[in-house]
Amino acid sequence: MTTQSIAVPGAGHAGPTWPQRLAQATPFLVLAPSVIATLIYVFVFTGWTIYISLSKSAMFPVSALQGIKPYQDLWANARWNIAFHNLFLYSFLYVVGAMVIGLTLAILIDQRVRAESVWRTIFLYPLAVSFVVTGTVWGWLYSPDTGIQMLVRSIGWSNFTFALTTSKDTAIYAIVITGIWQSSGFAMALFLAGLRAVDPDIIKAAQIDGAGPFRTYSRVVLPTIAPIFIAVLVVLLQFAIKTFDLVVALTGGGPGLATTFPANYVYDMMFQRGQIAQGAAAAMMILAALAVVLVPYSIWLVWRRRREARSV
Amino acid sequence: MAFDAEAASARRRWVTSRVIIYGLLIVFSLIYILPLVVVILNSFRDLPEINHNGLIAWPQSFSLDYWYQAWDTYCVGGTCAGVKGNFFNSLTMTIPATIISTALGAMNGYILSKWKFRGSDALFACVMLGVFVPGQLSLMPWSWLLGRIHLSNSVYGLILIHCVQGLSFTTLFCRNFYVNIPDDLVKAARIDGAGFWRIFWKIIVPISPPILIVTVIWQFTGIWNEFLFGVIFTTGNQQPITAALVALGAGGLSVHAYNVSSAAVLIGALPPLLVYFLGGKYFVRGLTQGAIK
Repeated sequence: MTTQSIAVPGAGHAGPTWPQRLAQATPFLVLAPSVIATLIYVFVFTGWTIYISLSKSAMFPVSALQGIKPYQDLWANARWNIAFHNLFLYSFLYVVGAMVIGLTLAILIDQRVRAESVWRTIFLYPLAVSFVVTGTVWGWLYSPDTGIQMLVRSIGWSNFTFALTTSKDTAIYAIVITGIWQSSGFAMALFLAGLRAVDPDIIKAAQIDGAGPFRTYSRVVLPTIAPIFIAVLVVLLQFAIKTFDLVVALTGGGPGLATTFPANYVYDMMFQRGQIAQGAAAAMMILAALAVVLVPYSIWLVWRRRREARSV
Repeated sequence: MAFDAEAASARRRWVTSRVIIYGLLIVFSLIYILPLVVVILNSFRDLPEINHNGLIAWPQSFSLDYWYQAWDTYCVGGTCAGVKGNFFNSLTMTIPATIISTALGAMNGYILSKWKFRGSDALFACVMLGVFVPGQLSLMPWSWLLGRIHLSNSVYGLILIHCVQGLSFTTLFCRNFYVNIPDDLVKAARIDGAGFWRIFWKIIVPISPPILIVTVIWQFTGIWNEFLFGVIFTTGNQQPITAALVALGAGGLSVHAYNVSSAAVLIGALPPLLVYFLGGKYFVRGLTQGAIK
């Protein structure tokens, strides 16, 4: 905790000299710009957006306030309600899908397979690619005239239909599948790290007791990595709430409004439709959604750390 | 005899389970690789062939011309000079932003772990909040600020945004790494009279490569792939490549030149993919650290 406790030889009782003061202040001087910038970014910018969300800003930001009307308008807007509903549906399917596939892949790779790093590299590479690239390419694959439907028909199944992105009812599932494709490798990496940390003796003990592979995993291994499940869940939910680029590149939010997400709504309101206050209100809702996920998670983390500290 | 039969059945079970494991891994791998293979192949095929056989088909033609067009002559959002300008914009944006945010993160992490002061932990907690703030929340303030300092529609504006945004991540990564380095090392150096910078350069930097590589990879891929700020704060020839790729997709509604688009998409995907294939181990480490801590 002490930063300046070392007695400097030659320093008289006249107090520290200027070079010494400079030396003492160095850490603060170095830290200050970053901290100030970050605090402005986190607190001032957020406060600013809150203010805008309560103002009369339309085409341009203005300082005159109008209270919670932008929030009322927001929730009265059918487009926003579609976006919000989409977010719920997408989050659920995407998180469950990515976790199930990620866990499956992790368990498969954990069976002492050959060329483990090759498999891992294959399953994780989508994460290094931007959502724009992923969305563009998958958009082509979904397109009935060029992609998967055409492939299957050319093989001989001439009335095969696979055109998720062309229908309002199914376009959201195209985004779900692509999102899962992009993120399940990430879930795999986290699960695999967890599986590798499980004490091999526990597994051996279970096997000696006659448990088969399925029982070993479901009863012994997976319960011990429960915290990893929660971490993966929280991270994937964050990804889902921030979904934006993928939708823009894959469906452009359509057909119609079928794949509009909250983040797209913010963009539209702020930069296309000149409804800045309502856009800011929508941005606040995204923050609120993140808080709903992250606040309980942090409390749980702190609680767990305390409990561990006590039990040691 | 009974023993042999048992061994044989155990062996059969083992073989079956191996077949299932590798079979599943191969099926999943094909699904994961398919999109990449499709884009690569289509970047060399001619358009009549693509339109006739579809995108997922074995190439009958081969030409490097579409790569050249994508790079140099293809029309994106009104100008016909390919995506090379946007590619260089992305480089000009990503490299400085990565270096600056990583360097500052390393120094912040060093201070917040080895030069703690009253309130430094609270300060660190505040800085960490920056990791979670969604980009949408800062759009209006940034747009005002960039206008005030004359960095609207400029790659330098994006560098500023990515530096500030990245600081939270880089500080978090580095601080969590340095915290596990014994304090005694630093204390001993201080008693020997080494100052802030001397300890940083002689003790901290030499042990930092693992975390610096993780941070650089994380920042590089993240900033290169970022889209929201690029599309909002820049237009036309100032846009980074992610924004240009979307403009390219939206522009080609009549006759879509899938081959040139494929090449353009690959040009946009190549740098982060390269970083991933070269530093895969560190990439994964960055992900798991970013997620679990």
